[in-house]
Amino acid sequence: MAPASVSKAITLPASLPLDSGEALENVTIAYETYGELAADKGNVILLCHALTGDQFVASEHPVTGKPGWWERMVGPGRPIDTGRFHVICANVVGSCMGSTGPASDAADGKPYAMRFPVLTIRDMVRGLIGLLDQLGIERLHAVVGGSMGGMQALSMAANFPDRAARVLAIATTARHSAQNIAFHEVGRQAIMADPNWNDGNYYNGGEGADHKPQAGLAVARMAAHITYLSEAGLTDKFGRRLQDRKSKSFGFDADFQVESYLRYQGSGFTRRFDANSYLYITRAMDYFDIAEEHGGMLADAFAGAASRFCLVSFDSDWLYPTAESRHVVHALNAAGAPVSFVELSAPFGHDSFLLDVPALDRVVKGFLHD
Amino acid sequence: MTDALRPDLAVIAEKIGKHTGSRVLDVGCGDGALMAFLQDRSGVDARGIEIDGECVEKCVSRGLSVVQGDADRDLTFYPDGAFDYAVLSQTLQTAERPDRILKELLRVGNQAFVSFPNFAHWRMRAALLVNGRMPVTRHLPVTWYETQNIHHVTVKDFRELAVALGIRIISESFFASDRPIGSAGANWRAEYAVFQLSL
Repeated sequence: MAPASVSKAITLPASLPLDSGEALENVTIAYETYGELAADKGNVILLCHALTGDQFVASEHPVTGKPGWWERMVGPGRPIDTGRFHVICANVVGSCMGSTGPASDAADGKPYAMRFPVLTIRDMVRGLIGLLDQLGIERLHAVVGGSMGGMQALSMAANFPDRAARVLAIATTARHSAQNIAFHEVGRQAIMADPNWNDGNYYNGGEGADHKPQAGLAVARMAAHITYLSEAGLTDKFGRRLQDRKSKSFGFDADFQVESYLRYQGSGFTRRFDANSYLYITRAMDYFDIAEEHGGMLADAFAGAASRFCLVSFDSDWLYPTAESRHVVHALNAAGAPVSFVELSAPFGHDSFLLDVPALDRVVKGFLHD
Repeated sequence: MTDALRPDLAVIAEKIGKHTGSRVLDVGCGDGALMAFLQDRSGVDARGIEIDGECVEKCVSRGLSVVQGDADRDLTFYPDGAFDYAVLSQTLQTAERPDRILKELLRVGNQAFVSFPNFAHWRMRAALLVNGRMPVTRHLPVTWYETQNIHHVTVKDFRELAVALGIRIISESFFASDRPIGSAGANWRAEYAVFQLSL
């Protein structure tokens, strides 16, 4: 895990009230910023990261050494232009890159582990609002996010309608479907089935991987990773090609390239992510249903919306398909909110929002720069 | 000042543009030319629906609020009277049910502007009468098997439909060779028409 000192961090002055009825004390929020803050603080874009994302949106990841997860979108002269905007990206509460989460110490000096309260997306947004309050930022130029980041953007619009002038939600949904929940449950069960998970109490075994539920977390990541890609994308990238061998082994090694790729993705992930955080964040996503929070009608959730909205979906995304974005668009239409929506064509499945889709660059730039 | 716009859109822009700050829904907004014009020059709050993804991308890239959708299906999600004006330009003849679209336009908008190519223009009639073939003209340039125009309509037909639906015609504008013409003999002479409607 990265030490908290890697990023800027603030501690919220008050306890963070949660949807569960509990409250979190001494909440730390780690964040990164890019670009200069204008004197009137009117040029701030808040970027919300996805499930396994973090605050390192446009700078090197301190654990993996890899470039930021959205460097193609965020930087000087990029669609989210740090020459003009002050971009803030914070690690969500419940995660593991410096913000308070299950790996953090509770009041008794021991890690929360499963004593950490179950969070919702709205709780994460409350944390982000707490950060903005501390930074003295009243109204964002825009809140932007893809996937779970898009959920936070929509949740902010529904629950804190005055805080953002623009809401850009990409490849996302206003509710988790049965299929979404099902895949997450597979991941959680894989973690909990790992004997090293030990009911979540694995933090005191030292830093050695032997003591952590890395195998379970890797399987969770592998299953999830499949949902981020498209069938056509997988076929195109791997087909039935074999990995470093001429014929099948008649065994259970990673014969196929796709197996090798998934194993690599799984093991790489365990080096930078906490298994308990994975449990808590997937739970938050599964609980996500903006309409439910607002009496069952999604349009009612956006009744007080004071933002311009833009939703983008991808035709190959079967995790949060276009119909989910349309559902949000129809609710925004019913609420009378100004909304743009486009389904872009891209072959990469759900991950399209992170990859090279020039049409997305144009839409993001056009929406943010008007 | 409306020079840059297609003539039917220019007429609509001129009439709507007098009402600064009005709310407009452009159904089938294409590349957003009318919306951009109204927004820039008249401070109109313009929204659009467009079925073509590339057009939508262009609109959003220029900062317009446009939703990718289908006029036949997506109008239903807008509340009654959400707009002062609903615009349907050169799209009526492509609708699954033009009568239902008209009713929807006047449900979501207090007034509607509808423009369409007039299938009773003399050149169409001549093409059918003399050649015995479905006409291909400048305003209807696509052959019958490829055209999106599935409900050809004439000025006379449209007026009759308006009466049947209880729709009031506030104004009519007609065009030939992209120039306004009078209403006398419009069903023969007009290549396309713009109707301003209310209930």
